[in-house]
Amino acid sequence: MTIVERRVTRCIDARGMACPGPLMTLIGAVRQGQLGDVLEVLSSDLGSKTDIPAWVAKARHELVDVIEEEGYARFIVRKAR
Amino acid sequence: MTARVVVLGGGVGGTLVANLLSKALGRDARVTVVDRTGMHVYQPGFLYVALDQADALWLARDERGLLRKEIDLVIDDATSIDPSRQTVTLERGGTLGYDHLVLATGARLDRDAVPGYGGSHDFYSLEGAQRLREELRRFRGGRILVGVAGIPYKCPPAPVEFVLMLDQYLRDRGIRERSEIKLLSPLNRAFTVESASRMVQPIMEKKGIELVTFFNVEAVDGSRGVVTSIEGESLEYDLLVLVPPHRGAKVLEDSGLTDPGGWIPTDRGTLHHKNAANVYALGDATDLPISKSGSTAHFEAPVVASRIASLVRGTVPIEAYEGRVMCFLEIGEGKATTLRFDYQHPPLPPQPSRLWHWAKWAFNRAYWVTVPQGRIG
Repeated sequence: MTIVERRVTRCIDARGMACPGPLMTLIGAVRQGQLGDVLEVLSSDLGSKTDIPAWVAKARHELVDVIEEEGYARFIVRKAR
Repeated sequence: MTARVVVLGGGVGGTLVANLLSKALGRDARVTVVDRTGMHVYQPGFLYVALDQADALWLARDERGLLRKEIDLVIDDATSIDPSRQTVTLERGGTLGYDHLVLATGARLDRDAVPGYGGSHDFYSLEGAQRLREELRRFRGGRILVGVAGIPYKCPPAPVEFVLMLDQYLRDRGIRERSEIKLLSPLNRAFTVESASRMVQPIMEKKGIELVTFFNVEAVDGSRGVVTSIEGESLEYDLLVLVPPHRGAKVLEDSGLTDPGGWIPTDRGTLHHKNAANVYALGDATDLPISKSGSTAHFEAPVVASRIASLVRGTVPIEAYEGRVMCFLEIGEGKATTLRFDYQHPPLPPQPSRLWHWAKWAFNRAYWVTVPQGRIG
């Protein structure tokens, strides 16, 4: 387990959700979260690989890591403002 | 023994399920529809009312006249559902017992979820569409922003249709050159359906409609005429049109039958409630990853009716919903395209043409004597 994983404030399992479900779930979690929270989203939707990094950049949060797993990816995002 | 079927909601889905069941089962079932208003409203027409292309009178009919005469219609509000006792409690009329319950309660507009929402307009209710029509009639030029204040919402292409038709409306009035139109999308494309977004974005660009991506509305300041996004942007407007946030029906939330967003956990094939026996869901009320639209309810209703009819007859239900949806997308200038898709196949919209525009108009006009009765499928 990495240092980042241990610091995850909230993990959202959005596997099986169709586009744009995982992104909208992340946006909702960021909205509810506190500054500095680290959110992890699990998504099996291929569109998330472009949508989530693009949204995080536009919203000026921080994409800490994207970890490929078997059949899904884990997006780790820090709420930066 | 006569089976008791209770249908909550007299929209497209509820009305069609009730009519199909009554027709299939005759005296073997007693079908009761519970509807809060007793009026059936054709919601796709709101867009045309807002843009002064249709009269509001065309959009509402008495639900009684759309139901087969054997069906009981109860005009009342359901206040609680007890799946273990299989009962529905009504605000005024006591309690209804059921053997099979159909939840066709639709989506409610949760305008209060956005601070300052009152500073904006919408075309998601008849009153909203009429108010927007009056505001547009007074409009003499300026910046119009059209946005979405929460996903999921009904009829995903509607904001795109609205901006494209608004462009035409302003041209017809000779004030397009004094006006600016921006579509604020919560996503990085025009709307949820990727293939259709790829088709409409160049059309929007050609018409001078700016697409602002990743704009998830946070708050509205009506006195200053400013809308802000959770992404940190602020935009000024002269007229703001926002799709209100949507939630499922309160009675379902109060009865513990929904997820945190107020939507019903629904099996994507059988349309059965995932956690409550003898309860089905269809239309806007479900949590299914598919458009919230009348078309969805239209294609789901035969599945629900067939499965309940099989159970009443003592046979094994076999019909399943495959995610079928078919709808039209107006692009202005008297042209439209069509979106047809299911769980496995994304839409491949044909080039916009007058043919599809007229098909949409014909469908709108024929709705009252075809869809609720199950005459087209």
